[in-house]
Amino acid sequence: MIGQILAQHRLAFSLVTGRMRRAPLALLMMITVIGVTLSLPAMLYVALENIQRLAGGFQAAPQISLFLAMNAPEEQIKEIDAQLRKHKDIVSYRFVSRDSAWQEMQQNTGLAEIAGGLEQNPLPDAYVVETKSGDPVAIERMQQEMQQWPGIEHAQLDAAWIKRLHGLLELGNKLVLVIAGLLGFALLIITGNSIRLQIATQHEEIALSRLIGATDRFIRRPFLYAGTLYGIGGGLAALLILASAVWLFNESVADLARLYASNFHLIMPTADISLALVGGSALLGWIGSYVAVNRALADIESY
Amino acid sequence: MIKFDRVGKLYPGGYEALKNLSFEIEKGELVFVTGHSGAGKSTLLKLIAALERPTAGTVLIGNQNVSKLRRAAVPFLRRKFGLVFQDHKLLYDRTVFDNVALPLHINGIVGHEAGKRIRAALDKVGLLSREKAMPITLSGGEQQRLAIARAVVSRPAIMIADEPTANLDETYATEIMKLFHSFHQVGVTVLIATHDAHGSAEFGGRTLHLAQGELR
Repeated sequence: MIGQILAQHRLAFSLVTGRMRRAPLALLMMITVIGVTLSLPAMLYVALENIQRLAGGFQAAPQISLFLAMNAPEEQIKEIDAQLRKHKDIVSYRFVSRDSAWQEMQQNTGLAEIAGGLEQNPLPDAYVVETKSGDPVAIERMQQEMQQWPGIEHAQLDAAWIKRLHGLLELGNKLVLVIAGLLGFALLIITGNSIRLQIATQHEEIALSRLIGATDRFIRRPFLYAGTLYGIGGGLAALLILASAVWLFNESVADLARLYASNFHLIMPTADISLALVGGSALLGWIGSYVAVNRALADIESY
Repeated sequence: MIKFDRVGKLYPGGYEALKNLSFEIEKGELVFVTGHSGAGKSTLLKLIAALERPTAGTVLIGNQNVSKLRRAAVPFLRRKFGLVFQDHKLLYDRTVFDNVALPLHINGIVGHEAGKRIRAALDKVGLLSREKAMPITLSGGEQQRLAIARAVVSRPAIMIADEPTANLDETYATEIMKLFHSFHQVGVTVLIATHDAHGSAEFGGRTLHLAQGELR
């Protein structure tokens, strides 16, 4: 029984591969179309992944600057110091006195002129706090918490841009999803249409097979194999296109990164993402041909 | 084996192909269905082979009521029949061998066993030496014999042929009729629709004569 089922599948499979061998150009075109279509969202995904990786390096040490009130009494500063010391979400913190900040400002070439124009030191004492978590939501919560402490004039999140970057990346992720969805839909139509054309050329065979007792499953099988193989081929083609693009871009990216003393370079998606790409493509091919065959079967239906 | 009980077939548009038809065919019988074109011969055969459903009465094949058959069960009923169509319905994009292979593949028979059966069927109709030929290179009589080989290869219990000799000259026609007779002799139920009744007298068997959709 199982042997018979396997034999049936082998038969449909060899029938399809035989047809493909006889029309290699059509196969190549089909695979190229699917590959190019899929490579677009895949490239966007890879770009986002890499930006996220890059951003991950930045956000390792987000900082919160705590500016103390000018007239904060000594006890309050001690209290703040104690609270910082026992805070569990803090990696390290350092105290920057208003005098040392003033000196630094005067030595700084760009700011020296401004400092020179000032009669007295306008800077407050400050704490610079490095947080453990890179999560912008958590950091913001900490900032708000510290803002409430007595003696703190202003708690400033240095990494507000990280939040913006995260927002942008999230937007990018949604964009990838939308584009992938749309192009996936286009792929369904492309494979469906190609299978429909194949069905049209094999109309007589299908009609005859039905008359002599073929089940729908039997008629569908070779076309489902064809659609799935198109999908797998297209998915692999997309990976190839992606790898070429990454390789090409890496030349320039590496040069650019060296200027910033970084060894950053683009990386390909992980094995499971690549597998998901090929698998998803195969699934789309299968669905596309399933719909096409069922429509054709309904048209031929005579009973 | 086959039982018609007050069967009628009304096509959409109001054409009544068969009216109130009742008869019975025993296992192993040779039956000729005769009548002018348009008398309902093809419709009768289609009802038997479950290619169409009756609009009135019941058609029993074995013990199955064709009118009440679930759609998914229809293919399996159809496999009991070996069909020879008026227009052959050969597939011209594949070899003689592959044409005969189709019913076996539908039945899930592949590989060595299939090859053996296909060659036996081709041998039976005298086309064994042409297995690699394309059907288009065969003569009319050979094409009809190929169609017969395809009909018998899955060893059906019932053979149904619609005007199998219609476009053949006398010699070929006799040859084809002899083939069907030989199947009848090994116990296959054979139904042949024909507009001329010349075979029926020669080979014995029963004749169902149709006129305007009714038995006469």
